[in-house]
Parts: sequence; C-alpha cells; structure tokens
Amino acid sequence: MGAANAAVLQSPAEGYAAENYLNAKYGIKSWLLTTDHKRIAWLYFLSTTFFFIVGGLAATLMRLNLIQPQGAILEPETYNKMFTIHGTVMIFFFLAPAVPTVLGNFLIPMMIGARDVAFPKLNLLSWYIFITAGMVLLYSVIAGGVDTGWTFYTPLSTSYVNTHVLSAAMAVFISGFSSILTGLNFIVTIHKMRAPGLTWFRLPLFIWAMYAASIIFVLAMPVIAITMVLVMLERVFHVGIFDPALGGDPVLFQHLFWFFGHPEVYILILPSMGVISELIAAFTRRRIFGYGMIAFSSFGIAIVSFIVWGHHMFVSGQSVYAGIFFSAMSMAVAIPSAIKVFNWTATLYKGSVSFEAPMLYALGFIGLFTIGGLTGVFLATMGLDVFLHDTYFVVAHFHYVMVGGAIMGYMGGLHYWWPKMTGKMYPDYWARLAAFIIFVGFNLTFGPQFILGFLGMPRRYAIYPAQFQFLNIMSSAGASILAVGYLMPMIYLIWSLKYGPDAGPNPWKAKGLEWETASPPPTHNFERTPVVNEEAYAYGSEPAHTVVAS
Amino acid sequence: MSSEAHATLVAEQFDDQVQQHQAASLGMWIFLCTEVLFFGGLLASYNIYRYLYFSAFETGSHHLAVVWGATNTAVLICSSLTMALAVRAAQMGKRNLLITFLVLTLIFGLAFLAIKFGFEWRHEYLDGLAPGVNFTYTGPNAHHVELFMFFYFALTGLHALHMIVGVGIMTGLIIMATRGAFSNGHCNAVEIAGLYWHFVDIVWIFLFPLLYLIGGRY
Amino acid sequence: MSENVVHIESKKLYITIWFVLLCFTALTTGVAYIDLGPFNTVVALVIAIFKASLVVFFFMHARHSERLVRVVIVCAVFWLLILISISTTDFATRRRIPEPRWFQNQPLILQHLQPGPTS
Repeated sequence: MGAANAAVLQSPAEGYAAENYLNAKYGIKSWLLTTDHKRIAWLYFLSTTFFFIVGGLAATLMRLNLIQPQGAILEPETYNKMFTIHGTVMIFFFLAPAVPTVLGNFLIPMMIGARDVAFPKLNLLSWYIFITAGMVLLYSVIAGGVDTGWTFYTPLSTSYVNTHVLSAAMAVFISGFSSILTGLNFIVTIHKMRAPGLTWFRLPLFIWAMYAASIIFVLAMPVIAITMVLVMLERVFHVGIFDPALGGDPVLFQHLFWFFGHPEVYILILPSMGVISELIAAFTRRRIFGYGMIAFSSFGIAIVSFIVWGHHMFVSGQSVYAGIFFSAMSMAVAIPSAIKVFNWTATLYKGSVSFEAPMLYALGFIGLFTIGGLTGVFLATMGLDVFLHDTYFVVAHFHYVMVGGAIMGYMGGLHYWWPKMTGKMYPDYWARLAAFIIFVGFNLTFGPQFILGFLGMPRRYAIYPAQFQFLNIMSSAGASILAVGYLMPMIYLIWSLKYGPDAGPNPWKAKGLEWETASPPPTHNFERTPVVNEEAYAYGSEPAHTVVAS
Repeated sequence: MSSEAHATLVAEQFDDQVQQHQAASLGMWIFLCTEVLFFGGLLASYNIYRYLYFSAFETGSHHLAVVWGATNTAVLICSSLTMALAVRAAQMGKRNLLITFLVLTLIFGLAFLAIKFGFEWRHEYLDGLAPGVNFTYTGPNAHHVELFMFFYFALTGLHALHMIVGVGIMTGLIIMATRGAFSNGHCNAVEIAGLYWHFVDIVWIFLFPLLYLIGGRY
Repeated sequence: MSENVVHIESKKLYITIWFVLLCFTALTTGVAYIDLGPFNTVVALVIAIFKASLVVFFFMHARHSERLVRVVIVCAVFWLLILISISTTDFATRRRIPEPRWFQNQPLILQHLQPGPTS
C-alpha cells in the first residue's frame, strides 16, 4: 500500500476487508469512547440524520398547513413554532454538521494520508458538545417550542414572546462550540499532518473547500455565540441592549447575527462544493479544469463572505450607504462561486462522463446551485430587495442553494464514499431513481415559490391570500415527492449494509489517497504512510473504468 | 521519570514530537483567534453604544474605581511574568522552579478575582449600579448609564470567567508538575496554557482603558 | 517537518518587558487625568495596543513562532476590525438622504411618501 503512483502492484485486497475499523473493537463503549475519526463520523451521521428527520417533520407540517389559505392544520402560533424549529434544526443541527462532520471527519485524514485528525479526543468532545446542544434544543421543542424564527430577531425574542427562547438560544450557543472545535481540528490537521510529498497544490479540492469552511467556522461561530449570550442575558435581566424603549438598537442585534449568519451559509455550501469537485473529477475521469482557480475561489468565498452581511438588512433601518457597500460586495462574492461552476462545466467537456448516482447529484447541484446563486444576485440588488425581502422569493432562493445545492452535494458525497465507509455497494438503479425523484420533487416544491414571492406572498405567515393557493398546493405536492426521494436512500443504503455486494477498495476506479486503502479502511487508515509524487486527479493513463454492477 | 511519561511521549496520530508540538501550539493560537471574535462581538456592541451615548458612558465610567482597575492590571501583568517564567522553567526541565512560578501565577490570578468580585463588583452592587438586579441610579440618561454598567459587568464578567478557567488550568498544571509530567522538556501543556493565560491578560489590557478611562478623568 | 529549535528567552528579557508593561500601565492611567479631548481615547488605545504587542511578541513567543502563527494573529485582529468598523459605519452614516429637488416640486399627495431610511 505505499506510493499513490504505484499502479496495481501493492493494491489492498479486493472485496471486503476482513479486519477494518468497524470490527476492530466491539461494544457500545468502543463507539461512545472512540477517538477514531471514522467512527466519530458515523456518530455524527446518525445524529445528523435524526435531526434531519426532526426538521423534515416540521417542514411537512408547514407544507400541509399551507394547502389552504386559512391554514389547514395549524394555529398561527404553532405554525410560527414550526418554521422556527425547521430553520434552527436544519441549519445548526443538520446542514452545518452534515458534510464537515460526516464526510469531512471520515475523509480528511484519509485524503491527506494521515492516521487520524490532529486532536482525536477533541474530535470526540465536539460530538458530545453537539449532542448536548441537541438535547437542549429538543427540550425547548418539547417544552413548547420557539416562535421567533431561527434568526431570533430582537426585541421580539428578548422582550415580547413567552416561548422557550432561552433554551433555544442556549442550544445554538452550545452547538457553536462543537463547530469551532471541529474547524480548529481540521485546520491544524490539514496544515500539519499531510503525507510526505503532498504539497498544497496536490491536495484534493475537497480539502481546500473544507479548509476554507473551517476558517469560517473559526471566525464566525464565536460571534453567534456571544450574540446568543446577549439574547439570553437580555431575556433574564431586561437591561435593554436591543430594546429601543430603553436605548438599545435592534439593528445592532441584526449586525451581530448576520456577521455570523452570512458566513454561516457559506459554511453550509463550501464543503458540498468540495464534494462536487471530487465527483466531477471522478465521473469525467479528468483532472478538474482550473484546479488552482477552484482552490483559490474557496478562499475568496470564505474571505469575502465576511463583508456582505448587510444584504440581509437592506430594509431594517440600516444606513443606505452601508447598504450600497454591502450590495456591491454581495455582487463580488458571487464571482468565486461562478468561477467554480464554469470550471466544473468545462471539466465535463470532452471528459469521459458516466451517470452513476453520485454524478447525477453533482450535475443536479450545478444546475440548481446556479439558479439559487443567480437569484441571490437578484436579492443582492438593493432596489429589488426592497420588494422581495421577506417574501417567498427569498425562501425559494435559499432552498435552491441549501437543498438543491448543499444537500445534493451531501447526498452525492454519501453515495460516492458509501462503499469506502462501509465496504458495501448499494443498488445503482434505485440510487439513480431516488436522485431523479429528489430532483423532480425539489423543483416542484421550490420553483413555484419564486413566483409566489414575486407575486408578493410573504414568508413566515401561516395564512395567505386565496389567489396564491394553486401554487402553494403545487409546492406542497412537490414536497411529498421530495420526501419519497429522501426516504428511498434511507432504505437501500441500510439494505446494502447486509445484502449489498462487496465494493472493494476502489469501485469507482477513482484517484485519491482514500481509494488506495481497503474498504472499509483499517483503523489506522493505511498499512504504511503513503508517499505522494503525482498531482491530484492524475487520470489519463489507465483504461476506461468499468461500471460497477448493481 | 515515570514510565508513563515515556509511553505517552508522542500521541499515535503524530509522527514525531516536533509535529505534535507545532500542532498543539497552532491549535491553541487558532482557539485564541476564536476568543478574539468572541470578545469582539461584545466589544463591537460596546463600541456602538459608546459612540451613540458617549456622555452617559463617561458618567458610568466615572463610577468605577480606577485604583482597583489599575491595581488589577498590575496584578495580571505580574501573573504574565510568572507564567512566562514558568514556561521557561518547564523548557529547562527545572521542576521546582516550574511549580513555584505556577503557584505564583495562581496566586496572582486569585488576587485578581478577589479584587474584582470582592471589592469592585460588591461595591458596584451595593451602590445600586448592577443592572437587572439592583440598579437605582436616577441621574440623566439613566437608561444609557445602565447600558454602560451592563457592558461593564458583561465584559469583566466574561473576562473573569476566563480567569476562573485559567485558575483551574493552573491548578491542574501544578498537580501534573508535582507528579513529574513536565520533566525533560516535554512541556507542551505548560506552553499552551501559557498562551491562554497571556491572552486573558491581553483582554484585560484593553478592557482597563476602555471601561475605566473613558473620556479621561480630568 | 521543520526544525523545532526551542528558544528559551532570558530571565532579563522577561523582567524588562514586565517592567515596561507596568510603566505603561502607570502612563495610561496618568494620561487619563490630563485633558486631551478626543485624543484621550486615541492615546489610551495606542498604549493598550503597544502593551498587547509586547505580551504577544515576548511572553507568547510570537517572534520565534512559525509564520503561520503570525498569520493567525493578523487574521484575528483583522476580522475583529471588520466587525467593529463596518457596524460602526452603519451607525455613523445614518443620515437622512435629502429629497431630490425634482421631488420637492411634486404635488402634495406624493410628498407624503418619505424617501430614505428612518434615522
């Protein structure tokens, strides 16, 4: 198992690896006290999937309610709690952890040829902090919920509502530390633990993307932490930090919140973009076009994302001059994202493209993220945002980038690396069908919402004018199809664990250090530390790959 | 030297001690970077309100005891000196010197907390300047003065919380040092604890002029 | 892996820095009692930055640390400044935009629509 350029001489044994990280130790303690990054990835996988289901249930109730203009099943107060829970859970407890802690934890050490992350015990602590935060959030939900929206705008959240803001804010505060420690771990790992010969420009683009996302974790998360502290203190002591009646300014809260909140959404998308780079390279069997541009664009996104936050506040009473600055910067931040889309597309040209499930997710990402990103530019235009702010246009925009983008990237990555993580292959036919159903369901759910927003339907309302009913029903119908699409992988992926064929070390015949070791990998990832002396994605010399039989 | 010290020399994820030391140091610096942003949110808010309500903030600041603030600043600077000397002793493998300086650092830290809680906070509470619990100031712009006092308690409270954690870390280091964990230059833990301690000192170096010396005291 | 020479600073250096820090603490306290108008704040901050720099460079060994550590320090300061400066700029520029002259000549009914953000 040594050099990454050795052809097939010393490849790991075909088929399922007899001794691997999954069966190295048995028992619940070996999982709950593990410091193996791969096992920690599974712990995160189970917990984030749980929260995805919680957030999804809230969304289901919302969309069911919106079938009728006067609200079909929920009281307005309950509806408010539903969208709050949906947003808080999906962002903090599903999307932010998903790719970084599941795929990132599993793959970063493997992709750089390391035995583990820099601070394995800290890694486990991150998970326990995450679980603690989740418990506090579940408490706030069960105790009666929060209805302020995931954005906790003041003075509503600090002075007016009597829902469980304190515990929800506490949950978000705690989860921030989990993310900070994960980001810290990844940065140190990537800097200090690369295999010999693995220079920065030989790294897979997933690593670049994860590194950029980790920088955002480290710089943005502390600000939401202190903001939540201020909200909690204000709720307890009522000093008036954000209460105009006592001299405070609600817009200050918004500045603090969105200073975190905007970079946060780039935390949500950057890791998925990294996944897409990997998928496009593997399924066109080419080096990504413009490797350097994509690498630097990840950093460009990370850095510029910190000076655009005011585009969430154009109509808040913020100074118009600040608004002009933020609008211009928001245009600028679209450029690195566009660079990525252009480079991925260019990679497809004259590549040897194949359409297994991971690639379907990647192609879907490119289309849907482009739509989402472009509509973001509409919203960045201050004059237009005056009309579109707080309408369904915004809801559609961010679901296109977050679901059509980030979640598709996560699903694609899950399908791509599932054989590595489990040693088993799932049925490609069902996987492709699920990807297709998700694509159709997603567009049916959120496409109409652009129109609804443009026509003026406000977001976060439990009721709406009757003329919007048709589009709302279409959206809810699409949501039901989307739900089927998400259920299917849960079934066939679990099925594959017991009945799937053995995947072998490299079922996709892809390039990358993670494919140079057995599936599932041994506890220490590699039998011997690899030495790297070729560029990333050095395809071109082998024969065409064979489609993995399902 | 105990055999445990030998066995845990280099953690298994690292190739050698150099990598381990650099990783530990870099990790702590990045953590301190997050702390800068953590305090930074409070400082940004404080800065906004100071900009908006300068005279009320001046009034509030004049109610603070500069003597205690300056004394505390000196206490923390002394503790930074002893901490730096402790790290130096650890690097040279001098166990008793290390323990001495760690204990001195601990004492300075406790002195800071004693002054902060025992003298300053107690008097501010008794004088009716504690927002939310006992605020009885009724001069002009009372609400804005209350805002200042809130930020005073929030900033110094957050700082004190970090001091308490630092005191806990010192205690842990003293126990580990007495058991010989830092002989022969294996002093990563002392060094990175030192980084944390100095950072807490730096925060106070900024808090002192920002809170106590607003607008001058002439 | 890069060389890891352990730089052990001299006791004298540490004590010198300690003494300088104490002097500047006395200085900043003393200057506060002199009327410099708005420069009181400036002087206080400059002294604080100087003291903090001494601690970072000498007590925290930043001058002997690898370049990456210095990058981390710069980034922390820079990002803090972004947060403080841009949010302050919002509050500092919340002036009402004056009505354009063509608007002032509109019939009364339109003049009830006020332009610009509320200040």
